[in-house]
Amino acid sequence: MFLINCPYCGERDQQEFKAGGEAHIERPKQPTELSDDEWAEYLFMRKNIKGVQFERWNHAHGCRKWFNMVRDTSNDEIKAIYKMGEKPPAQ
Amino acid sequence: MTKNLRVKSSEYIDETNRISFKFNGKTYHGFKGDTLASALLANDVHLVGRSFKYHRPRGIMTSGSEEPNAIVQVNPDTNRTEPNVRATEIEIYEGLEASSQNCWPSVEFDIGGINNFLSPFFPAGFYYKTFMWPASFWKKYEFFIRHSAGLGKSPTSIDPDIYDHRNIHCDVLVVGAGISGILAAKNAAKNNFKTLLVDEKNELGGLTIFENNEFNKIDNKTPSEWLKKEIEELKNIKNLEIKTRTSVAAYHQYNYLLARENLTDHLEAKDKTNKIRQRLLKIRAKKVILATGAIERPLIFNNNDRPGIMLSSAIKKYSEFYGVACGSKNVFFTNNDSAYESAMSLYNKGINVEAIIDIREQSESKIVKKVKEAGIKIYWSHSIVDTTGYKRLNSVSIKKLSNDGTSVTGSKISISCDCLGVAGGWTPAVHLYTQSGSKLKFDEEKKVFLPNQNTSEQISVGSCGGDFKIDEIIKNLNQKLKDTLNINETDLDSIKVEIDQENSKRNIWLLPSDKPLGKTKPFVDYQNDATAKDIKLALREGFRSIEHVKRYTTTGMGTDQGKLGNMHALGIIADTAGVKMGELGTTTFRPPYTPLTFGTIVGRNVGKFFDIFRRTPMNDWHVENKAEFENVGQWKRAWYYPINGETMHQAVQRESKAARESAGILDASTLGKIDIQGSDASEFLNRVYTNAWSKLAIGKCRYGLMLNEDGMVYDDGVTTRLGENHYIMTTTTGGAANVLGKLEDYLQTEWPELDVYLTSVTDHYATASLCGPNSKKILKKIIPDLDLSDESFPHMSFKEAKIGNVQCRIMRISFTGEHSYEINVQASYGKDLWEKCMEAGQEFNITPYGTETMHLLRAEKGFIIVGQDTDGTMTPIDLQMDWIVSKKKYDFIGKRSLYRSDTMREDRKQLVGLLTDDPNIILEEGAQIVSKLNQNPVEMLGHVTSSYFSPNLKKSIALAVVRGGKDMMGKKLFVPMENKNINVTVANPVFYDEKNERLNA
Repeated sequence: MFLINCPYCGERDQQEFKAGGEAHIERPKQPTELSDDEWAEYLFMRKNIKGVQFERWNHAHGCRKWFNMVRDTSNDEIKAIYKMGEKPPAQ
Repeated sequence: MTKNLRVKSSEYIDETNRISFKFNGKTYHGFKGDTLASALLANDVHLVGRSFKYHRPRGIMTSGSEEPNAIVQVNPDTNRTEPNVRATEIEIYEGLEASSQNCWPSVEFDIGGINNFLSPFFPAGFYYKTFMWPASFWKKYEFFIRHSAGLGKSPTSIDPDIYDHRNIHCDVLVVGAGISGILAAKNAAKNNFKTLLVDEKNELGGLTIFENNEFNKIDNKTPSEWLKKEIEELKNIKNLEIKTRTSVAAYHQYNYLLARENLTDHLEAKDKTNKIRQRLLKIRAKKVILATGAIERPLIFNNNDRPGIMLSSAIKKYSEFYGVACGSKNVFFTNNDSAYESAMSLYNKGINVEAIIDIREQSESKIVKKVKEAGIKIYWSHSIVDTTGYKRLNSVSIKKLSNDGTSVTGSKISISCDCLGVAGGWTPAVHLYTQSGSKLKFDEEKKVFLPNQNTSEQISVGSCGGDFKIDEIIKNLNQKLKDTLNINETDLDSIKVEIDQENSKRNIWLLPSDKPLGKTKPFVDYQNDATAKDIKLALREGFRSIEHVKRYTTTGMGTDQGKLGNMHALGIIADTAGVKMGELGTTTFRPPYTPLTFGTIVGRNVGKFFDIFRRTPMNDWHVENKAEFENVGQWKRAWYYPINGETMHQAVQRESKAARESAGILDASTLGKIDIQGSDASEFLNRVYTNAWSKLAIGKCRYGLMLNEDGMVYDDGVTTRLGENHYIMTTTTGGAANVLGKLEDYLQTEWPELDVYLTSVTDHYATASLCGPNSKKILKKIIPDLDLSDESFPHMSFKEAKIGNVQCRIMRISFTGEHSYEINVQASYGKDLWEKCMEAGQEFNITPYGTETMHLLRAEKGFIIVGQDTDGTMTPIDLQMDWIVSKKKYDFIGKRSLYRSDTMREDRKQLVGLLTDDPNIILEEGAQIVSKLNQNPVEMLGHVTSSYFSPNLKKSIALAVVRGGKDMMGKKLFVPMENKNINVTVANPVFYDEKNERLNA
C-alpha cells in the first residue's frame, strides 16, 4: 500500500487514489486528420515497462485532482510527483 | 492416572490459580499462565493430532507460532469454534475445550492411520497422477478425498464476537520484544521517537527471558535477570506503547504493516461478551525495526516425527518458563551447543537426561564441559538412524557417522527414551523482511538466509538479522540504532558482556540412515507429510524451480507455512541438484505470517455494514408501502410494489398499464446529477456529448449520448440549461461517479483552458417522476399557479416553481413516452413531495411504480439502457441512433473512432426489436440468436438484451443485438433454448406510439 504525496493534500494512503495509466500522452488536437493507425497509436498503445514509468494518478477520494507520478515498477519506489502541466523531472 | 510433570514453581505460572479444561472430551488441570501445550505436557499428553496425509500420530513439537503438529479445534461445536489453532499459542482458561483434528473416530484410534502403511503408494504428486483418469470420475474421487482430508471444521453459525480495526501512525515500530526489540524500543522512545513495540506472546522477553546459561553474563548478571530489569524500566518511558498478544501478519510497501491484536481469546466465556475479540492494527511507521528472532531448526532423520520428538529449545522453554518436564527420560540430538544448554537446564531441575547425540566430532565450550562433568553421556560423531514408538517415542537407535557425513557405520546402539530434543541450529525469521519486498542473501558460514540490506526505513536486528550471540547482538544493534535513528549515544554503549564461545556447527541437511532412503521416513514438512524422498523424487521427475518443487511436494504449504523445514528442503534440493544454496534462491514468504481470522479481516464491516448502500429520501415511504427493492450500484431502489400477494409479473403488469392509462409515479432520485457552471460550459458539453449543444436555449432540455474515446457508448442522460453559463446534467444511476471522474479528467488534463466547474449534486436533490395522461392534472393540483400549457411548458423544457415555500425544478421530459414531469426538490423535502403527489393523484388512481416497470415502459418505446442494451462494444450507429451524432461538430470524445475501419463495418452487432411468433412466449434475456438450426458449429448472430411482456401491446417484446440486424427487418430468426426453438421476427425497436403522440396527450 503506497503512501502517496498528493501535491495538493499531502501524504495519504493509496486507497484514496486511482491510477490513470501512462502519463504525457496528449489527446491529438485534430483527430480527424489522423490515419487509423495514428489514431490507434494514441487510443490503444501504452507502455508497460519494468523500471521507471511516468503515470497519471487521481486523488479520487480526496481533492479529485489529477497529477503525475514517476514510479519504478520494479520496486514500486515513487521517485517524483508533480502537477499536471508541469515538466517531468529530469531522469 | 496421569503423571504430574511439574518440576518447580515458575514465576510465569500462577500455581494458586488452578484451571480445568477439556481436551478430546477429557478433563485436565493446568495453571494460569499455561498454554494448552504446556498444560497437556504437564499431564504427560504428547499425542495431540494426526498428520495430514499419512495420519501418523503427532505430538507437540515447539513452544510457539511455528508449531506444525499441535493444531487443534478450539471450542468444538459452538459458535465460537475455530480450527487450526496452535496449542502452543492458546492460553488456557477455565472452561476451555479443544480437540484434535484430522482424525476419525479419535486421535488414539484413527482409521486414516492405514495410509501410513500404504505410504509407498502415496508419493509426491499422488493425487495429481492418480485421479486424472477417467476425467469424469473426478466428482466421485473428490467426495472421498474431501471427507478423508481436511484441517478442522469451520463454524456453522454466526460469529458472536466483535472485531475492530485501528489505524496507528508511529515514528518507530519494533516487531518482537526479545532482547533486541526491547533495547531498540527503549532507545528509540528515549530519543523522543513515538514508538510502538509489539510481540505475539503475552510476556515480553523472548527467549532471553529464561536464558540462564551461567557462562553468559550481561553486566555480571544472567541474561534473564538483566533483561527483567530492562523490562521493568520500560514502564517509565514516555512515547512508548507496548502491545502484547499482537502478531504482525503482513509487511507491505511504504512501511505499512498489519497486525492482529488478540484481546479476549485468553479469557473465560463470561468475560468475552461485549468485548472486542481481535483488532486489526493498520500501522504506518516511519521506521521499522524487525526483531523477530530466530526459529530453531529440527534435524532430518528417519522417523523424526514421533510424539515426544521436540525442538531442544522448546524443551528448555517448557522447563524454565512453564516449569514442565516434557519427559522423564530425555535424549538430545544436536549439531551445535544449544542442546547442551537445554540439557543443563533439565539437569539443574533434577530431570533425567540420558544422553546427548552430537553429529560433530567434539566441542570444547564451557557448557559442553559442564555437561560432561554432570556425567551425561555424549555420543560424538553419531547420528540417529531410526526411532520407535507409535503414539509416543520409546527409543532411538544410533550409529557412528562417517567422516563425510553421508553414511553410517559400526554397530547400532539403542537408547530408551520418552522425549528427544533436536537442535539443528537456528533460522532467522526473515518472513516479514521479505514481505516488504527486500531480498535475502545466503550466508555460507552460518547456513542461513539473511537480510541483504538495511535501509533508512527498515533494519533487522538481533537473530533475525544474523546475530545469534549476545555480544554480537548488542554490538551490532547499537551501531544500527545509531545509524537509523541518527543518534550519537545509546544505553548500549556501556553494557559489558561475557559469553561462552561456541565451536563451529556441523550442518547436514539430510542425515543418513542404515536403510536406503526409499525405506525411511525423514519428514521435512511435518504438517503436510512431505519427506526428503518426496523432494528427491520431484527432482528426478524434472522439477528444478524451488517454487515448482514446493507446489509438487506441498512442502511449506501448510498452515505453518514451513517455518521449521523449509531450509532443509532447500538444502536437500541444493545438495541433490549439485548447486549452491545462494544460487537457488528461496521460496516466497507471503502474508499472513500466522493465520488471521476472517473476523479480524472484516472488522466492523459485517451485517448491514458489510457493503455500503444508499437510500433515497423517499425510502421510508417505499418501505411502508411494501415495495420490493433491488440494488442498483450502491442504491436500494424500489423494484415493484406488490399488493394483495401479487407476483412480480402481476405487479409489473398492473403498474405498467396504470402509468399509460392514467398516472404513475417513480422515485428517480438516484439518477446522477452534475451541476456544470462556467463561461465555457456550452463548449464543454459540445466536446463531451455526440450532439450539438451551443444552440440549446435557456430553459430547454436535451438528451445526450456520451462516448468513450474508442467510440463506444459510455453513458446517457438529459441535460438542462438553467442559465447562460449553468447546466444540470443527469447521468445513469450506476454511472454517476465514473462520469464525473471522466469529465474531471478531461477538464484537468486535456482542456485546462476551459472555464468550467463540476459539482456532484446527486444527493442534494430528490426527484419524483410523474407520468401518464393525467400527470398534468395532478401537477396542476400541486402547483395551481404554474402555466402547464404546451405553449408555455412544452416537452423538453424546464421551469422553476414553488410548492408551498419549497423551491423546485421541474423538467418536462419522458423516459416512458408518456406526458411526464420530473420534479426536483431539495433532498430533505423529497418524502413530502412524494406524499403530495400521491395525495393529489388519488382521484386519478396514481400508481407508484418501480424500476422493473420503468424498464418495461422504456422498452416499449425502444429506449436503451446503457449497460443493459449496451456492453462497451456498441457505437451509437450500432444502436441505430445515428440521429444523435453530429456531423457538423469538428470533434467530440470518441468521434474519430466512429470512422475506424472496424467501427464502420456493416456486419457489426446492431440493436433491433424482436417479436416472438407466439406472442405469449417471453424470451430470456441473454438468450442467443441464430439464423439456421441444425448447423454445426452453430453461428451465433447475437443475443437478447431486454425482454418483457407488454400489457399495453398484449404481447411479448424484446430488444436484441444482432449481427447486421439493421438490414434484417422482418427476417425470421430462431432463439434455440434447452428444450425448444423459439421462432422470432426482427422488428422496429420502437414498439409503442412510434409517432410520439402521447408525449403531448
